[in-house]
Amino acid sequence: MLANRGSLRRHVVAEAGADEVWSLVGDPARVDHWFPGIESVRVSGDERQLTLRSGAVVTDTIVTLDPLQRRLQHTMRSPLWRSHLGTIDVVALGPRRCLVVYGTDADPPAMAVVLAGAAGQALGALARQAEELG
Amino acid sequence: MTGRKILFVTTDQQRYDTLGANGGQLARTPVFDRLAAEGTRYERAHPQSVVCMPSRATMLTGQYPATHGVWMNGVPLPPDAPSAAEVLRRHGYRCALIGKAHFEPLLDPFLRFPENALARLGTQPPEGSHRGFEHLELATHGSLGPLHYARWLAAEHPEAVAGFYRPLDADFQVNAEGGGDTGAPQVAVNPVERALYHTDWVADRTIAWLDSLGDDEDWFCWMSFPDPHHPWDPPQSEMARIDWREVPLPPGYARSPEERARLIGTKPRHWRLWYEGALVSNYEAPARWVPATLTDDQVREVNARNAVECELIDEALGRVLARIERRGWGPDTDVVYTSDHGELQGDFGLLFKGPYHVDALLRVPLVWRPAPSVGRAPAVVTRPVGLLDLAPTFCAIAGIDPPGWMQGSVLPTDDADAARRHFDQVFTEWHSELFGVAVHVRTVHRDGMTLSAYDPGTLHDGTEGELYSADDGPVQTVNRWDDRAWRSTRDDLLGALREHRPPLRQPRLELEAPV
Repeated sequence: MLANRGSLRRHVVAEAGADEVWSLVGDPARVDHWFPGIESVRVSGDERQLTLRSGAVVTDTIVTLDPLQRRLQHTMRSPLWRSHLGTIDVVALGPRRCLVVYGTDADPPAMAVVLAGAAGQALGALARQAEELG
Repeated sequence: MTGRKILFVTTDQQRYDTLGANGGQLARTPVFDRLAAEGTRYERAHPQSVVCMPSRATMLTGQYPATHGVWMNGVPLPPDAPSAAEVLRRHGYRCALIGKAHFEPLLDPFLRFPENALARLGTQPPEGSHRGFEHLELATHGSLGPLHYARWLAAEHPEAVAGFYRPLDADFQVNAEGGGDTGAPQVAVNPVERALYHTDWVADRTIAWLDSLGDDEDWFCWMSFPDPHHPWDPPQSEMARIDWREVPLPPGYARSPEERARLIGTKPRHWRLWYEGALVSNYEAPARWVPATLTDDQVREVNARNAVECELIDEALGRVLARIERRGWGPDTDVVYTSDHGELQGDFGLLFKGPYHVDALLRVPLVWRPAPSVGRAPAVVTRPVGLLDLAPTFCAIAGIDPPGWMQGSVLPTDDADAARRHFDQVFTEWHSELFGVAVHVRTVHRDGMTLSAYDPGTLHDGTEGELYSADDGPVQTVNRWDDRAWRSTRDDLLGALREHRPPLRQPRLELEAPV
């Protein structure tokens, strides 16, 4: 960890195909289905406006959306943190099994812990929903 | 069922010696002192963790942190964790938690956790109860955040919000900013009216909830004051009670930097690293504050403000007890008073808390004033007890057999009872892994000895430890860990630690926030 940035990683193994998980992650309009505390989402180009349970609105920019690698990177902007980069990788482990890794980099580091905690909950939801899809 | 009501009073980060009945000289606490005189006062009560979330989880579940799984601050207690309040609720008790809960992380911008989401909805959980509580009105330190107190203050008295100290800085680290007359960290002059301060709010809301109950109902009310935990910003109108310039320095206080450095040098290395500002091993102390800069006057001012906060709590408790009497419940109400852990408050030239298992943090106030109708004789218990003994005690008060998942025992009523039931030792553990630093400590107190063993971590190789004897004085200044004359004592206590292996929750719960 650098002094002004926290970098954390969470992961889950889903008993579902990588394509099922990616169908959720790779659709920017469906983030409210699996990321916690998001009441609604409005997508416009590379940006999505996330309305949180608190009523706050967070602008989230999709910086990487690569279906071949099954990688999504996004940057949420909020007065609570100076910078954020979330990286989700979906890695096939077999036809019905995959590893989903969610990296969180943020400044300040304390907020990286908070965002990574939410990412961990998101992974749990992703795995459950993908397993139901399968 | 016994028909006894239960008022469970907790404070946050209150040392044993801040109360008159425990020998405190600074704060006037006549209400606590009367409860102590009428009930059982415990002279050696230890929390099972010296930070909020694990300790509070132990109070609620009656389990060691290893078992309930809240291994450090920021790890939420699972929603389906066992709960003494749930046991009472299922036996017909009306259960409320008013004030500071902190079973779930406070830093929660997504409102993922029910404690933080509830205030938008009201005071009753959508599911009917949360952890057994049908009514929650929550507060924490300061005037910001999503909890009931902050929302009420912002809505009804917005002019008061900015007068409070901000516990966290712009980086969401514990704020190091100084204030008051001495520039001590986490100190501020707060112009808030006393009636709007969270201590009185907690008492007001407790009274309001009690007033909503029928005369014949049984109830369990956890009244949880956020003070005297820092920030030390009580209403300035009350600061005339104690002139900080007149406050004596703590017993055993080392005034010279050389003596402090020598004392700290006898302890495992993280003590000195923190003292010198080289490394903060945990989140609970300001990352940008260097303890070696602490002045005598800062210690005096912090302790004066802390004492004022203790007095306000005592007076608030007095108001609640008076209402209980007026409702006619007095003879049938048990009152249990404790704190989740202590505060260094100048010992060793330090403030706040961390992996420092000395009496300042380990020894907490505990009084059980049984319902007067029971007719139990007052007593003092000197043998060690733990906060994990609270949950089975609540069950016993209600006439319920404590469930098997509770790992403590009903609190002893006197020393003879304690001896008969083998209250011989008490255990505390510390675990933290944050920002690349891991510290793991396990502590046992027995026969006036306190031994802490450090497991391998970022700063320790597993050979370090601390061993203190009560015979060396009230402050742990003589570390006998490496003293050959104390080797057999050390080995005995290490054996006790090895044998103490409560069931481990697996898999380990994730850290969700720094606090």
